[in-house]
Amino acid sequence: MKLGRVIGRVVCTKKLECLEGLALLLVQPVDQDGAPAGVPLVAFDTARAGEGDLVCFESGKEAAQANPNGWFNPADAAILGVVDHVSGATP
Amino acid sequence: MILARVVATVVSTEKHPHYRGHKILVVQPTDPSGAAKGKSFLAVDGVQAGIGDLVLVVDEGGSARAVIGDESALTIRTAICGIVDRVDIAVSKEGQR
Repeated sequence: MKLGRVIGRVVCTKKLECLEGLALLLVQPVDQDGAPAGVPLVAFDTARAGEGDLVCFESGKEAAQANPNGWFNPADAAILGVVDHVSGATP
Repeated sequence: MILARVVATVVSTEKHPHYRGHKILVVQPTDPSGAAKGKSFLAVDGVQAGIGDLVLVVDEGGSARAVIGDESALTIRTAICGIVDRVDIAVSKEGQR
């Protein structure tokens, strides 16, 4: 998994049936100190995350496994947790 | 497997059921000498590692699920499978690796 910050939502009316009912959130990958680390991506949410939240997200086939509509779907990024805090990082 | 240094712990209450009961750590990949190299990422702890430890990390789903001993945890991809005591690097006669 990686750390990311939710920076927005993506609204998509016409989409595959297996993606129905999923919130698509725009995630900016960050490092343990919260600094941006890479290009923003779209991930579906399984952890009731909201804008501004620090989250853990997974990419690749493990992300698709988190889709409640079944494993056979094209999702390649999923938010799997909302982070309460990161300890041990540079203050 | 790759070498990495544990740099922080992540506390998350609202998380996927597959991750319940598992400690999530931030690891920073390193080169064999221990210097940071590349971007940090998260890994599930399988060996009770702590901050500052040099560890072995697997970044493949099947391997990670073997580390934590739960075949059904299909969303887990990355896990720590060892704490490194030391790395011996062969040195040539000229004193170079």
